[in-house]
Order: sequence, then structure tokens, then C-alpha cells
Amino acid sequence: MERHILVVLPHPDDEAFSLSGTIAMHLDQGSTEVTYACLTLGEMGRNMGIPPFASRVTLPVIRKQELEASCRAIGIRDLRMLGFHDKMIEFEDKAKLDGSIEALMKELNPSLVITFHPTLSVHPDHNACGAAVIRTIGRMPAEQRPTVHCMAFADKHEQEIGKPDIIIDVKGYLKQKMASIQAHKSQFQAAELLGSKKLSDAEIEARFGTERFWTYRFS
Amino acid sequence: MQLIDKAKVQQLIDILIDQELYIHLEMTTGAYAAHLDRSKHPAATFISNAFIRYSHGSISGDGPYRIGLKTGQGWVYSEGLTHYEETDSERLILAGHDTAGKLIVALQLSREPF
Repeated sequence: MERHILVVLPHPDDEAFSLSGTIAMHLDQGSTEVTYACLTLGEMGRNMGIPPFASRVTLPVIRKQELEASCRAIGIRDLRMLGFHDKMIEFEDKAKLDGSIEALMKELNPSLVITFHPTLSVHPDHNACGAAVIRTIGRMPAEQRPTVHCMAFADKHEQEIGKPDIIIDVKGYLKQKMASIQAHKSQFQAAELLGSKKLSDAEIEARFGTERFWTYRFS
Repeated sequence: MQLIDKAKVQQLIDILIDQELYIHLEMTTGAYAAHLDRSKHPAATFISNAFIRYSHGSISGDGPYRIGLKTGQGWVYSEGLTHYEETDSERLILAGHDTAGKLIVALQLSREPF
């Protein structure tokens, strides 16, 4: 049983596909506290609804509301929006970026941190977010470090880091997970996510029923 | 966002002539372009809240539309625009969306920063 889980991800909706079931499970099973630190408001996202109901001007406000709705669906009550700019995480002042994560570590003292793998997470923001978490926790004395679970999905990621060592069956939490995904209305209609196709229960279980993590090994 | 009304966009372009403006200009294929299809060339570029002043500008084409703005020493050009924000009368908010609804291009002008 985790005491406190800190989730650090760069974009609203990153939580929905990758770990909403796992978090819903932890919140359901006991006294685990969860804090979700979302680095940006996804203001440079390209999905704007079909037909588009958002613009570059209104998107941050809409995505903030979607993020809050997703957290309600999962059961997350402690959402921190850190105010960094979408697409710019890899260029951000590292002292500022790491400092914001370090402050959360000091405040919350989590037993588990979940983030993206620092090199195998496809989007530059994902990798830069994971790298900042690893840098920050890597500076802590080894005996004080929390467990870190990374998510990875770049091509050939398993050739580099092997199979995931943490595989969570979240089939019992698909109600929360699908509600989290659907909360991101501006993103939800994108063809590569669910598109217009109505998935059967079996398809939903096959596609969303398992969440995978790699425990990060600090050298 | 509404499909572009050429006459209304031209009016907005004319209203903003010869003023100190903030511009957001962007084009993107998306960060996942090559992840989903190796033959794709991922490219994205944007400039946000740069200063611009133009002496004249116009919208052209039959949709998607093109816009050219003539500045003191050069030009701003954008192609592929499909939508505009009709409720905004002080700013010009333009975007080009593909058939999947994704934003491909954005051109925005305002007296206040975005």
C-alpha cells in the first residue's frame, strides 16, 4: 500500500490513457493519497474538437476544465497545475523546472512517483518531464528516494529497457478510466484515440484494461 | 470557431492596419507525426507574442485561405486557414484545421499579448 503517490506529467490527458485506472485502483483500495502535478495546460495541442470549438486563445481554459473533470472521474482531489508552457519543457530553465518538482517532493514526501521514461516517451515534453523527475530524485540520498515508475511507449522501447516489471490489471476500474478519457472532450474525438468508432466492451478491455510501468533503476 | 467569412476577416485585417500588434504565427504537423507513420516528416514552428505592424494586408483564395500582411521591411504569410473567431472584434484569431479537425496552422493578431 502506497502512502502517497505523486504523478508528474506534462499534458492534461496524459493521465487518462496511461495511469487513470491504476490511480483509481489505489484510491479505491485504501488510504493512499494522490497528487497529480500537471506541468502545462496543453495549450499547443492540435485537437480542437470536431468541428473545432476551441482556438489557440481559448484552448488553455478549456483544457484546464477538462483536466479538472478527468481528476474528478478518477477521484484525484489534489491537482497541481504548475504553469509551464506546452512544447517548451525541454527548453525550460532546468533550475526552475527541477525546483518545482523538488518543492513537491519536500512537501509531500511521496512513497511512489509516476512519470514518463526520460528518453522513451516519444513527445519531447514527455521525455523532458521524466528527465526532470529523474534528475531531481537522483539528487536525493539513495535511502530517501521514493520508488519511481516510468511509462514508455517509443518504438523498440522494450529492446532498451525490457518488459515492464509492473503490470496493473485495471479492468475493474474501466468506468473511471473511460470517464477520465471522455473528460478530455477537445482531445477525445481524435481519430487515433477512439475516433468515431464505438468500441465493444471486449475491445475496451483489450485496449485499456492493462497499464504498464517500468521501475526506474538509479545508477 | 467558425468557417472563414472572407469579407469579415478582411474587415478585421483593415481595422488592425498601422498598429503595434502582438502576433502568434504557427504551423505544425504534430509531435506524433512520425511516431504513427515513419514516412512523415515531423515539423512544427511557432512564434508567440512578437511585435508586428503592417501597412496593408489581405485574405485570398476560395478556402482554405491565404493571408499576406505587408510590414515595414517584409511580409507575413500564412496558407491553409479555414476558421476564424467571429465573436472577437478587436483581435484576429485564425486557424487552419485538417479534415480530422486538427490544427495545422494558426495566425493571431492582437493589441494585447496572448
